[in-house]
Amino acid sequence: MAEKQFKVIAETGIHARPATLLVQTASRFDSEITLEYKGKTVNLKSIMGVMSLGVGQGADIKIAAAGNDADDALNALEETLKKEGLAE
Amino acid sequence: MTFLQGIAASNGIAIAKAYRLVEPNLSFEKATIDDAAAEVARFRQAMEKSKSELEAIRDRAKVDLGADKAAIFEAHLLVLSDPELNAPIEDKIQSEKINAEFALKETADMFVMMFEQMDNDYMKERAADIRDVTKRVLAHLLGVQLVNPSMIAEEVIIIAEDLTPSDTAQLNRQFVKGFTTNIGGRTSHSAIMARSMEIPAVVGTKSATNDINNGDLVIVDGLKGEVHINPTPELVSEYRKVHEDYEKQKAEWAKLVNEKTLSADNHHVELAANIGTPKDLKGVVENGGEGVGLYRTEFLYMGRDQLPTEDEQFESYKAVLEGMSGKPVVVRTLDIGGDKELPYLDLPKEMNPFLGFRAIRLCLEEQGIFRTQLRALLRASIYGNLKIMFPMIATLDEFRAAKAILEEEKQKLLSEGQKVADQIQLGIMVEIPSTAILADQFAKEVDFFSIGTNDLIQYTMAADRMNQRVSYLYQPYSPSILRLVKMVIDASHAEGKWTGMCGEMAGDETAIPVLLGLGLDEFSMSATSILKARSQIKNLKKADMEKLASEVLNMQTTDQVIAAVNAATM
Repeated sequence: MAEKQFKVIAETGIHARPATLLVQTASRFDSEITLEYKGKTVNLKSIMGVMSLGVGQGADIKIAAAGNDADDALNALEETLKKEGLAE
Repeated sequence: MTFLQGIAASNGIAIAKAYRLVEPNLSFEKATIDDAAAEVARFRQAMEKSKSELEAIRDRAKVDLGADKAAIFEAHLLVLSDPELNAPIEDKIQSEKINAEFALKETADMFVMMFEQMDNDYMKERAADIRDVTKRVLAHLLGVQLVNPSMIAEEVIIIAEDLTPSDTAQLNRQFVKGFTTNIGGRTSHSAIMARSMEIPAVVGTKSATNDINNGDLVIVDGLKGEVHINPTPELVSEYRKVHEDYEKQKAEWAKLVNEKTLSADNHHVELAANIGTPKDLKGVVENGGEGVGLYRTEFLYMGRDQLPTEDEQFESYKAVLEGMSGKPVVVRTLDIGGDKELPYLDLPKEMNPFLGFRAIRLCLEEQGIFRTQLRALLRASIYGNLKIMFPMIATLDEFRAAKAILEEEKQKLLSEGQKVADQIQLGIMVEIPSTAILADQFAKEVDFFSIGTNDLIQYTMAADRMNQRVSYLYQPYSPSILRLVKMVIDASHAEGKWTGMCGEMAGDETAIPVLLGLGLDEFSMSATSILKARSQIKNLKKADMEKLASEVLNMQTTDQVIAAVNAATM
C-alpha cells in the first residue's frame, strides 16, 4: 500500500481534462487506486467518481494505491499531476 | 415510387440517398430474464460497440475540430469504461434478473441525479454527458441507430422534421447535397440556411420522415418543391437533364457577376445580399452582391450560453465591413424574441411572442446589451461603409430613443480616444404597419428605410407566419401590401432618402417587376438569388413596370396581381 498527499494548484481544479488524464493514467495499472478529498474516498479509475468530488483549486487530496504495481502507479500519477501543473 | 409536394425553399436539383436525421425510438419495458450470463454478455457487447463508435467520432472530431473539442469524447469514453457504472449494472442484471436496458437506465439515472444536484454549474452539465453516453449504449442494446450527422461520409439528402441552426452547423457541406423537412416555409430558418449553403431544399412536405427510409434514393426538386422517393430510372435521367440545364442557366447568370444591375432602359438599382455571419461573405462576393442589405446580427448571440463580448462583436463587424471592401453594409441591431430565443437571457414565455417583447423593445429596456452592440458597431465603422438599422420600430419615439443611445455611445468612444466614422447612415426596418403608414414623418428623421416583408405581411394580415393553417394569408402580392410598400418608397423619395427591401419578396420573380416599377432603390435577398434577379431586371423596362405598378395597386386580389405581372412580363 502506497499513498501520497498533494495540493491542487490548477485554477480549474480537477475537472474535465485533468480528471480524464488522471483516470486514464490510473486505469493502466492493476492496483486498486483511490482518491480522497474532504473525507470522501472514490475509485480513481472512475471518471464519475473523481468528478463527483468536485475538487477545486487549493484542495488537499490523498491518492492511495494497493496492489502489486502500487508504487509504479503512484509514481505515474504524481508525474501526471506535476507535468500538467495540476498539483504539487 | 412515391411523390411528395412541399415548398421550394432553395433552388436546384439534388439526387442522392436519404439520411434520416430523426431520433430513433429508445423506449423499452422492464423485463425479467432467464440467462443472466447471456444478458451480461449482451450488455458488454453494446458497451464495446458504443466505444468503437465513440472512438471513431473522437478521431473524426480531432481532424475536423481540433484536439480541444475532441477532448469531450475522451471523457465520454471514460464514462463507458467507468467501473462504478459497469459493476452496478452487471450486479443488477445478475442479482435482480432484469434486462440490461433497465439496469443501465436505473444506474445511469442515479448518476445523472447526483450530478444534477451539485451546486456547481459545471458539474450539472456533466449530467448531460452521462445521458448522452447512456443513450448510445441503449441504442445498441435496442439495435437501433443513433443519428450522427457529423459522421456522414457519402453524398446524402437529409430527411428531418425540421432543421435547427445547430443541426445545420454540424452538416458537412461536402456530402450533404440537399434536404427536405416535414415543416417550415420559405422564410423558416431551415430554408434560409439552405439558400446560404446553396443546396437545394424542399420544406413543409408534412410527411417526409414517415415516407422516406434510410438509403432510399431521393430526388429533391428545389425549383418546384417536389420530392421523389425511389424514382424510376427514367425519372432520374430526366432530372439529371433538369439539373444540367439549371447548371447551364447558372453559368449564364454567372456572366453577370461583375455587372451593375441596370434595367433595359438603364435605370440602376442595387442588388444586395442578406447575411447571418461573416462566413456568408464568400457567397455574396461570388454572386456579385453590390452590398449587404441585411446583416442579421442575432446569429452572433445564438448557439452559446452567454452574451458575445464587445470585442467578439467588433471582430465580426470589422470582418464583414472589410470583406465588402467599401460597399454598403446594412447591419440590423439585435432582433431577438419572436421565433428567435436566447435561453441565457431567461426571458419569460409570452402568449404572443411575435407581438411581444422583442427586437428594439428589448434593446431599449435591456440597454446594457444594446450599448455593447452599438459600441462594437461604432468601433468597426472605420473599416468600411457601415449603415445601422433598428428592427421593429413602431413609433418615432422608439427611433429617437435608439438614436440618442447611439449618439451617447459615439461621444463616449470619441472621448476615450477611439475612432468612429463621420458618416454612418441610420435607418429603420419597416415591418410594422404603423410605421409604413407614418413613413412620411419618419422620413424626415431617418436616413433610409428597409422594408422587412416577412413581418410586414404577417402583421398586416394578422397571420402568424409559423402557423401552416393560415399560411394562405402570406400574400406578398396583395394590393394591400403593395400599397404599403409604395407609401414607404414615396415617403423616402420625397425627403431625398432611399428605400430598400430585405424580406423574401425582394428576390421574388413575380414581385421584382412591381417593386422596380414602384421605385425601390435596393433589393436585398439571399446571395444565390442575386444573379437571377439581375438577369431578370436587365430585361425589364422601368417605364413599363411603372405602368404595371400603378395598375396593380388598384386591383382587388392577389390573383389579379399575379396575372397582370405575368401578362406584362411574358
